[in-house]
Amino acid sequence: MNVLLDNFAAFREGFWGTVELTGLSTLLALVLGTLIAAFRVSPVPALRIFGATWVTLLRNTPLVLLFLVVTLGLPALGLKGWDSFWLAVMALGCYTSAFICEAVRSGINTVPVGQAEAARSVGMTFTQTLGNVVLPQAVRTAIPPIGSLIIALAKNSAIASGFNVVELGSVMKTLNSAAGYNIYVIFFWIALCYLIITFAVSGLFRLLEHKLAVPR
Amino acid sequence: MSEVDVTKDSAPGGDDLVVLENVNKHFGALHVLQDIDLTIARGEVVVVIGPSGSGKSTLCRTINRLETVDSGTIRIDGEPLPAEGRELARLRADVGMVFQSFNLFAHKTVLENVTLGQIKVRKAAKAKAEEKARQLLDRVGVGSQADKYPAQLSGGQQQRVAIARALAMDPKVMLFDEPTSALDPEMINEVLEVMQQLARDGMTMVVVTHEMGFARSAANRVLFMADGRIVEQARPDQFFTAPKSDRAKDFLSKILHH
Ligand SMILES: Nc1ncnc2c1ncn2[C@@H]1O[C@H](COP(=O)(O)OP(=O)(O)OP(=O)(O)O)[C@@H](O)[C@H]1O
Ligand SMILES: [Mg+2]
Repeated sequence: MNVLLDNFAAFREGFWGTVELTGLSTLLALVLGTLIAAFRVSPVPALRIFGATWVTLLRNTPLVLLFLVVTLGLPALGLKGWDSFWLAVMALGCYTSAFICEAVRSGINTVPVGQAEAARSVGMTFTQTLGNVVLPQAVRTAIPPIGSLIIALAKNSAIASGFNVVELGSVMKTLNSAAGYNIYVIFFWIALCYLIITFAVSGLFRLLEHKLAVPR
Repeated sequence: MSEVDVTKDSAPGGDDLVVLENVNKHFGALHVLQDIDLTIARGEVVVVIGPSGSGKSTLCRTINRLETVDSGTIRIDGEPLPAEGRELARLRADVGMVFQSFNLFAHKTVLENVTLGQIKVRKAAKAKAEEKARQLLDRVGVGSQADKYPAQLSGGQQQRVAIARALAMDPKVMLFDEPTSALDPEMINEVLEVMQQLARDGMTMVVVTHEMGFARSAANRVLFMADGRIVEQARPDQFFTAPKSDRAKDFLSKILHH
C-alpha cells in the first residue's frame, strides 16, 4: 500500500497537473463555447456559418487526433515556443467548446422568443439582448449538461499524458513501468484522484444550479 | 373618415408620426399585408380590429420591425426604419410595445424590468432609472410589487408592469397587441384604465383589441382589417353604428352578439 506514500510528490504533482489542465481548459471551453453559441444565433450569416463549421469540425474529430494537430501542426505552422501544457489546454478547450456551444444553444432555445422580442422592443441591440436577457435564462437549463461536459473534460485530460504533460495519466504510466508495484493499487489511487476532481466539479455545478434558480 | 384621407402626402416634420406606404408582407405563399397605406398623427389613438388571421399582429410588429416587410416604406417621425443593427435598436427605443403575453423578463424583478432599458439603452444612471421606474410603477398602480418577480404577479399586474417598462423609454408611440386578451375578465379593466389614462395624456397609440368599450371611449379612429387589407377606417361612433363594408358588418354582428 505504500505506492502512494513512496511517490507522494509524483501523485501530488500529477493531481495538480490534472486540476490545472482541467481548470484552464474549462475556462477556455466556456468562453469559446458561449461565444460560438452567440455566433450560431446571430443575425450575421457569416458568423452563423463559422459557428456551425467550428462545431461540426471539432465535435467530429477524435480528441487524440486534435492533440496531434495542435502539438505537431501548430509548431509546424510557425507557432513555436508554446510548451506542451498550453498546447494541451488549447486542444482540450477547443474540443470541449464545441459541446459547450451546443449545450448553451439548446439552453437558448428553451427561452421563449417573447423574451428576446421584448428586449429588442425596448431598444436593446443583439448583444445586449443576448447578454442581459437570453443568456442569463439559458444558463439555467444549460448548467447540468455543462457539468457533465466538464467531468468528461477532466477525464479526457488524461490523453495529454501522451503529449509530455505531467498529470495523473502520466503518473500512472511512470509508476506502472517502475519496479514492483501492484498495478491495481496504482489504478485505485489514480481513480480516487479523478473521483475527487469529478465530485468537486459536480458539487460546484449543483451549487450553481441552486444559485441560479429563480422563483417561478 | 375625412381626416384620414387628408393626412396623406403631408410634408415631413409635420404631425405624422407613423407612416406606412404601400407595405407588403408575405409569410411564404400567404400575403399577410397587402398594399397597406396608413398614416398616424401625433397624439392619435388608433384601434385595429378584424377577424383572426387578418394580419393585425403582423401590422403592429412591422411598425417596430419585429417583422420585416417585403416592400414599401415605414417611417417613424420622418425617419425610415433602418435595417437590423444599432440604428434600428435606437429607433425601436422610441416605439413602445406591449404584448399579449406580457413578456416580462422572467429573471429580473419588477423594478429591474423597468430599469433595464433605461440603463442599457438610454444609459441612465441606476439611481435615476430606479426613481423613474418607481414613479411609473406607482402610476400604473403596482408600486408595491417592485421587488417581486414577474411570476409572482397576477396577469393584470404583469401587463401593467409591461406598460411601465415601455413607458420608461419615453416612447413616441406605443403599440399594443391584444393587451387584455390573455387576462381573466376581472383584470381587464385595470389594464384598460391605464391605457385610457395614457390616451388622455396624449400618447400616440396603436391598439389591436376587441374591447369595443375602449375603442369607443379612447380611440380617434377604428381601423378594420380583413385578409391583410385595411378594409375600412372611421371614427369609432361611425364605425360601430354604421359600418360601410359588408366584411365589417358581418364581423361586428358576430362579435356583438356573443
Ligand atoms: N411567423 C409566421 N410564420 C408564418 N405565418 C405566420 C407567422 N405569423 C403569422 N402568420 C400568419 O399570418 C396571418 C396573420 O397573422 P396575424 O398574427 O397578423 O393575425 P391577427 O390578425 O393578429 O390574428 P389574431 O386575431 O388571431 O391574433 C395568419 O394567417 C397567421 O397564421
Ligand atoms: Mg394577433
